[in-house]
Amino acid sequence: MISTDILIIGAGPTGLFAVFEAGLLKLKCHIIDALPQPGGQLAELYPKKPIYDIPGYPEVLAGDLVDNLMEQIKPFEPGFTLGEKAKDIEKQDDGSFIVTTDEGTKHHTKIIAIAGGLGSFEPRKPPIDNIANFEKNGVEYMVKDPEKFRDKSVVIAGGGDSALDWSIFLADVASEVTLIHRRNEFRGALESVDRVKELKDMGKIKLITPAEVVGLGGETKLDSITVRKNNNPEEDFKLETDYFIPLFGLSPKLGPIADWGLEIEKNAIKVDNTLDYQTNIPGIYAIGDVNIYPGKLKLILCGFHEATLMCQSAYQKIHPDKRYVMKYTTVGGVTGFDGSKKEAPKAVVKSID
Amino acid sequence: MTKDVTLSITDRDGQTHIVEAPTDMAMNLMEVVRSYELAPEGTIGICGGMAMCASCQCYIESDTKLPEMAPDEEAMLAEAFHVKDNSRLGCQIPISEDLEGLKVELAPEE
Repeated sequence: MISTDILIIGAGPTGLFAVFEAGLLKLKCHIIDALPQPGGQLAELYPKKPIYDIPGYPEVLAGDLVDNLMEQIKPFEPGFTLGEKAKDIEKQDDGSFIVTTDEGTKHHTKIIAIAGGLGSFEPRKPPIDNIANFEKNGVEYMVKDPEKFRDKSVVIAGGGDSALDWSIFLADVASEVTLIHRRNEFRGALESVDRVKELKDMGKIKLITPAEVVGLGGETKLDSITVRKNNNPEEDFKLETDYFIPLFGLSPKLGPIADWGLEIEKNAIKVDNTLDYQTNIPGIYAIGDVNIYPGKLKLILCGFHEATLMCQSAYQKIHPDKRYVMKYTTVGGVTGFDGSKKEAPKAVVKSID
Repeated sequence: MTKDVTLSITDRDGQTHIVEAPTDMAMNLMEVVRSYELAPEGTIGICGGMAMCASCQCYIESDTKLPEMAPDEEAMLAEAFHVKDNSRLGCQIPISEDLEGLKVELAPEE
């Protein structure tokens, strides 16, 4: 079991910066995130877009801000459980918590800091009536193990990078790959679009556009889909397939955290903003975009502030009898758990003859 | 003084609201909906207004002249659900005096 002082849920900018502030207080952090990489929205949605309101940065790309935060927290050696979602929580008699992910990874922690932003990113599911019946029975929202599709027929729907990239990849694995998109144009890296065209000309990918999957057929397992061409029901036709993989990107959902008994208002977690951003459950804090209080602003810079106050409160909870005063990094430097030490150079004291 | 425009917005429950929107605050239609709380927080404007989600999709019900669609709005609508011929993303429609009398209906939540 993973053991830590503060378990942070969400590896966005607020969660990452919390590692730094905790590290200054010699508290160890571990981060869980549903995405396979750190950075949250910044890395997933808009890594190449500029942000203009980070104090001290007239302009910074979202992806660069994440890289910088990762560099800043490196000395504090945070642990990561990536690609997994925090699911269950059990409060222990000593006030600590055990948090288990959807993959079964267990984390024992003294404090929980939910920095979950808008929630965990989940695949967007197309509104086809009986789609839920075929989930895991022919309908897959992501490709986890490509081997599963070896020598099978596969239909992919979507017009972005993941639809293009998986069509290309599976063209060499599956017996048949059909790519269906509502428009003739695809939004993706130029080389991916070109490669799909090549594979189409070689007969390795079948392209159906403009079209949409409107129905699914099969007893218990999917065996066919209904395709609507040109938005015209009269052109509907059936297509036999082993798998249907809709790839319409990800959208954030609060998810299982909503069932932890936390007070929720407007899809966000209520916290005490007069003090330390603690929730109604002692020992569980919520910081950044995921929380709500009077006057709340969903800004990265506000998340940084909230993370800082949360860490001070967490310290007092973990060490109720220890004396402590906040120290400036310029005075105290930064001593990493990895043995590294950064500090301001000492002033030179020298007489002038 | 710049003038407010009057818009008619039908929420996801079918309730129509007549609202005043300022033309001098660089607001867009999605933000107007949020400022009047016509859809719960967290269900609209999720990406913040970058045309990267479709949570602010709406159907244009009047023949008001709107700005042309940019390629990223078009691409997002091509992957959104419940799309109709009159679908637009609210975040890509800046509030200007040309919008006086605009009628829209919010698309269902995905």
